[in-house]
Amino acid sequence: MSNRSSLGSKLIAAPYIVWAMLFIIAPLIFVVYYSFTNADGNFTLANMAELGKCAPTFLRSIGFGIVATLICLVIAFPLAYIISQKTDKVQRTLVMLVMLPMWMSFLIRTYSWMALLQDTGIINSFITKLGLDPVHMINTPGAVILGMVYNFLPYMIMPIYSVMAKLDYSMVEACQDLGGNRLTVIRKCIIPMSMPGVVSGITMVFVPSVSTFYISQKLGGGSFDLIGDVIERQFQQSYNYNLGAAISLVLMVLILICMAVMNRFTEDEEGMVI
Amino acid sequence: MKIFSKLYTILVFLFLYAPIIVLIIFSFNSSSSTSMLTGFSLQWYKALFKDEATLTALYNTVILAVCSSVIATALGTAAAVGIDKMKKGAVRSGIMAVTNIPMMNPEIVTGISMMLLFVFAGSLVKNSAVLGFGTMLVAHVTFNLPYVILNVLPKLRQTDKNLAEAAQDLGCRPASAFFKVVLPSIMPGVITGMIMAFTLSLDDFIISYFTSGPGFQTLPIAIFSMTKRRVKPDMYALSALIFVSILVLLIIYNVAQQKSEEKTKKKS
Repeated sequence: MSNRSSLGSKLIAAPYIVWAMLFIIAPLIFVVYYSFTNADGNFTLANMAELGKCAPTFLRSIGFGIVATLICLVIAFPLAYIISQKTDKVQRTLVMLVMLPMWMSFLIRTYSWMALLQDTGIINSFITKLGLDPVHMINTPGAVILGMVYNFLPYMIMPIYSVMAKLDYSMVEACQDLGGNRLTVIRKCIIPMSMPGVVSGITMVFVPSVSTFYISQKLGGGSFDLIGDVIERQFQQSYNYNLGAAISLVLMVLILICMAVMNRFTEDEEGMVI
Repeated sequence: MKIFSKLYTILVFLFLYAPIIVLIIFSFNSSSSTSMLTGFSLQWYKALFKDEATLTALYNTVILAVCSSVIATALGTAAAVGIDKMKKGAVRSGIMAVTNIPMMNPEIVTGISMMLLFVFAGSLVKNSAVLGFGTMLVAHVTFNLPYVILNVLPKLRQTDKNLAEAAQDLGCRPASAFFKVVLPSIMPGVITGMIMAFTLSLDDFIISYFTSGPGFQTLPIAIFSMTKRRVKPDMYALSALIFVSILVLLIIYNVAQQKSEEKTKKKS
């Protein structure tokens, strides 16, 4: 019975497979092709040689990305735990509140941070009213990292929370019965069990942080170029597609290596937890 | 400990909502400053509804989100059904790996890779202005597809394979067996996937930025070109309106969900 329809029902995936070939695989082949050719379409390694100049930018992007990811993790883990301990109704409301900001344009929200952080901005006018000296915040590395943490924090909270909400609490109770105090329970039981959520949270924050270009332009004032800024300029200002493709290729390979290393921690077969 | 956790929750939410509160307050500002409050006025809301360019951008955004989420849902659901039928092996895991690419790749790489494809295709047909609605639609469908597939696949795995066969034994043709038996049971996954696709498409800036042309602007792109200069509070007014409407929608959804849960509890 099932044999009769099996070929036909597999063919139903054919349109998608064609689509994926055309618009997922082919574009990546173009990235590789442009990386190794010059503007006339001849083979060259000049783009790769020029990448050396971008090395400090790469390092800065990765550094900022790691710091932002760690801060997100430190903020999100306790919050996810606190939310998961509430009643179902409160949990639903809090989760909704975490997701709500993500529905607004991140451009506008980041721009709004500018108004908060400026030298004559809202936070500083509050500080001076208290009789303290204003603090220079905008256009510092701190401001860029704050923008990253702010924009991507929900991506860390959600996966950790969704793992914690489904935790097997008989294990937690067993740990308590065996004499573990609060800290031991968290350290030996809750943290190891929520690792899958932590891992997918880390990748979901790290990847967009490393490759962002808007946040660094607005909150860094252009003095802290990230790798995303360099790529964006090649495509939208200097129209050097070949160099832009080469930088993107390296960025992609770097991130795939990071993901492969991270994925060793989880044995999830098909995709990550969203 | 309890006070500490309450305080902590409040602080994190304050952090998440600070810029939103600021922009809502300044959308009522009487001057065009976005850092100094001068007085209350509704002029930016009035200005918003007179601003043709912004309204067109809003309209374009919604059209694009509707089209791309519908196409992605149809293609993605069909793909999930096909993938579900495949035996575990190289072909299946190859397709899943490709499906994961748009989700794992940094958005900027997806954006520029599609831009290169479109520009190349454009140079083949000697048309330098290829970028526009069509290219954006293709790009949006592409990054929406994985979310649809990954929402539908688990539901397919949960449905009883014998159901479709039983329907066929009772005389259904395979196609009608699918629509009458399989589709209803995977519907929650299909709808979640479609909603996710719709909101992702609505919100997307980075991929749109690289695949859009001058003729077709969506709201995020309009906002981006505005923030290159100075943002007028009418953008704040628009964001405040979007925020309030999403808040209302979510509250309605939550209340409805709660009511239906109470009903099922009573029944059992």
